[in-house]
Amino acid sequence: MSFDIAIERRLGDTDIALALTAGAGLTVLFGPSGAGKTSVLNMVAGLLRPDRGRIAVGGRLLFDAAAGIDVPTQARRAGYVFQEPRLFPHRRVRANLMYGAPATATLDDVVAMLGIGQLLDRWPRTLSGGEARRVAIGRALLSDPAFLLLDEPLSSLDRPRREEIMVAIERVRDDVGLPILMVTHDPEEASRLATRIVRIDDPSPACP
Amino acid sequence: MLTPEEWAIVGLSLKVGGTAIVVTLPIAFALAWLLARVRFPGKVLLDAVVHLPLVVPPVVTGWALLLAFAPAGPLGAPLLRLFGASVLFRWTGAAIAAAVMALPLMVRAMRLSIEAVDRRLESAARTLGAGPGRVFWTITLPLSLPGVLAGAVLGFARSIGEFGATITFVSNVPGQTQTLPLAIYSALQQPGGDAMVWRLSGIAILLSLVALILSESLARRVRRGLHVL
Repeated sequence: MSFDIAIERRLGDTDIALALTAGAGLTVLFGPSGAGKTSVLNMVAGLLRPDRGRIAVGGRLLFDAAAGIDVPTQARRAGYVFQEPRLFPHRRVRANLMYGAPATATLDDVVAMLGIGQLLDRWPRTLSGGEARRVAIGRALLSDPAFLLLDEPLSSLDRPRREEIMVAIERVRDDVGLPILMVTHDPEEASRLATRIVRIDDPSPACP
Repeated sequence: MLTPEEWAIVGLSLKVGGTAIVVTLPIAFALAWLLARVRFPGKVLLDAVVHLPLVVPPVVTGWALLLAFAPAGPLGAPLLRLFGASVLFRWTGAAIAAAVMALPLMVRAMRLSIEAVDRRLESAARTLGAGPGRVFWTITLPLSLPGVLAGAVLGFARSIGEFGATITFVSNVPGQTQTLPLAIYSALQQPGGDAMVWRLSGIAILLSLVALILSESLARRVRRGLHVL
């Protein structure tokens, strides 16, 4: 199984609970905003600790509350593309791309696939939204990830940019073959990109 | 312009202020980081103690330093044993007084700049494989650096202007502890010292102005999310 997740976490007034097993390809977490989709990604990445449960990706156990296992974020090898690009403002695009890359990595393939060759010497603050998003995807891919987490990778982009990014995601899904967990609330995106769709509904209000 | 004697006073002030800031910089940064990022019992108390020299009369701070660094004092005795030297009436003592008085200003500025660092960038770095040390050196420190330097410059200006704690702690010894403000004070006591007071005051105002402008332009970079490197 690519993703084998069963987690619970109380966040403020809401309980987030998810049980999911998914094979290869792109799994979409689909649901209304505020349903805790981003929190699920953060838990898989190790940025948020579940109260209970277990997370395994590609057969590798990342978290198990009962067994006391909690692999630190930096050792999980998650290629996480956040909802906002989170590029490092004090590093040029090239240095952003190489931040998590192994010493032997070369930029060429990823740069060509994402069409960001002309951006390498620019500062992040000079990039458009679509450009920054593509650089963020490239940075995640170059970090030699074991799996990808994509959080609304198409939000706040205009139509031509969305198309570009969708094509890029399809290439990663089909050519690179990494397991991908993607969050969206857009049915069109979900149906086009997903190998399978997992619905997250409104979280159940926590019992007082 | 200035007489050789007056140049020596300016030089001594720069030496005292510079030494105070270089030595205090890592301590101030560590305290700022602790106060900005770590939760621990007694945090409010530490915050208050660090800021104490800002509000306590400087003469009280100087007196406390005098007690601590006296030959039989809790800090003076080990210094005497280890190095056979005392900081009393010495420029090193003046630097200590300047450092203590500058510390709160430096910690304040640095703490603000550390708090202004976007934690989400640190999370992103962690997902890219960076451990806590690498995150600190490549993300947190570079992004807070303008504020850290602004704090250091501000602390330097404060050091140059230090008067009350210095004169109480290490007295007013020409060539050792007589920095700019102390020399101006002495000149004011002398008949015919007016010209010297004018010249030294001019230098003091100039130094402070340059430091404030530098500090403000660095702080502006922090607010605009820019960086120095």
